[in-house]
Amino acid sequence: MDLVNSILEQLINGLRTGSIYALIALGYTMVYGIAKMINFAHGDIIMVGAYALYVFVGLLGLHPVIAVLLTIVVCSVLGITIEKVAYKPLRNATPLAVLITAIGVSYLLQNLSLLIFKATPIPFGSIIRVPSVKVGSLNISGITIVTLVVTTVSMIALTLFINKSKAGRAMRAVSEDKGAAELMGVNVNQTISLTFAIGSALAAVAGILFISQYETLLPTMGALPGIKAFVAAVLGGIGSIPGAMLGGIILGIIESLSKAYISTQLADAIVFGILVIVLLVKPSGLLGKLKIEKV
Amino acid sequence: MALLEVKNLGISFGGLRAVDNLNMTIEEGSLVGLIGPNGAGKTTAFNLLTGVYQPTDGTISLNGEKIVGKKPAEICQSGIARTFQNIRLFSKMSVKDNVKVALHNQITYRLAESMLHLPGYFKREKEMDERAGDILRVFDLEQFSETLASNLPYGKQRKLEIARALATNPKLLLLDEPAAGMNPNETAELMETIELIRKQFQVTILLIEHDMKLVAGICEYLYVLNFGTELANGTPEEVLNDPRVITAYLGE
Repeated sequence: MDLVNSILEQLINGLRTGSIYALIALGYTMVYGIAKMINFAHGDIIMVGAYALYVFVGLLGLHPVIAVLLTIVVCSVLGITIEKVAYKPLRNATPLAVLITAIGVSYLLQNLSLLIFKATPIPFGSIIRVPSVKVGSLNISGITIVTLVVTTVSMIALTLFINKSKAGRAMRAVSEDKGAAELMGVNVNQTISLTFAIGSALAAVAGILFISQYETLLPTMGALPGIKAFVAAVLGGIGSIPGAMLGGIILGIIESLSKAYISTQLADAIVFGILVIVLLVKPSGLLGKLKIEKV
Repeated sequence: MALLEVKNLGISFGGLRAVDNLNMTIEEGSLVGLIGPNGAGKTTAFNLLTGVYQPTDGTISLNGEKIVGKKPAEICQSGIARTFQNIRLFSKMSVKDNVKVALHNQITYRLAESMLHLPGYFKREKEMDERAGDILRVFDLEQFSETLASNLPYGKQRKLEIARALATNPKLLLLDEPAAGMNPNETAELMETIELIRKQFQVTILLIEHDMKLVAGICEYLYVLNFGTELANGTPEEVLNDPRVITAYLGE
């Protein structure tokens, strides 16, 4: 009974971390789908989100709900700006140039935050104050419940948006064939901006949930969840939205179970090892489709 | 005033003069063919008309309005739509969604409405569904609405491309080799379809085609390109009996 309980507990923990990875992975996968680039600065948007929340709540003393909305706006605007300034001029450049630019933007964001907020970790208590719930003998924390609800709602909303709305259809069309979409009257620049805005908004939400869990601000705090979410996106099949969700959750659960039952130190090695195995067996990821070039 | 007026149009890629000194006048309501041997610059001409390439020199006006320098999406909104030589449907989207993407420039609703699923959103989505349904019905594709575009048979994919282009509500429709890869039955059906859409949508058509039976059968006027320059123009009988045209196609 104890073992069952502890496994359930670890599964819930994994689900919580995994759903945050999934939110971040969605940003990677959407941007990849539409702009065919890996936005390595995406992880640092999480960090900006966390710091923005700290400024709004901790320094300016705003109401948490307003602070959350402002944080989302800040990150969306940042995402659009990064695309316009750094990536748009390189739209026809080699993928390598774009990749290196993305890494450059990532360092820029980290060092700006280092300059403004200094290197000392800043403690910042969670803004989520929801009591924990007891289900049988399981104790589920308030943060876990909020995280699961928020991520589930975000993912459902995103799926509906992509599949049912005009802008979502434009995004799918642009990701398949930018040229043809443009010739059908779709505004490609606007569609790409919107993709970056949505991806960054999801990263802001992930940042808020992340900081509520770890309660410490660091300029480099976005790097590790960012890279893990990237792994999750590749695991699920980069470019695939359900793939990013699935990849994130699988990654979170594997990480949590490895930490609990194998070794805390080896957990990351196991996570990345599984990525290697999946890519060896199915190079396009779990839900990705191999692109066959027609000649 | 003619619907489309092309004057001294030319484009160079490095040292290659792909289109040189092209002049065309297309009257509203006409059905005009653009023919010529492979590599003559026909598709390049289409790419110039739709803004994919910027011309090195010359002007293009649609209804008297200059369209050179506009972006493809803007030209599409001004009223030129096209299909592609190699089918370029959004293959992972349903047949209906392919048409709905092309309806974008006509039915607008604000982003906030769709995010919040306000009543306006449902009304306009319904409007788009109806319009898409109407267009698909003309092409006899309505029963495939929810099918993925990539799962349609080849002939129907070609039809869907025309349907999608028509959904942008064009004044001028450019068809790039609509009969390519079709068997004689499918070509005959296509000819009927083209006649039908001319009547139903009151659209002017410019088409590139190698199938001379189709060209002679439906086109009212022909332009012949060879090595990027205009070789001849006239009615199909004149042009297809012109010794210069025959030489260009078959050699000396």
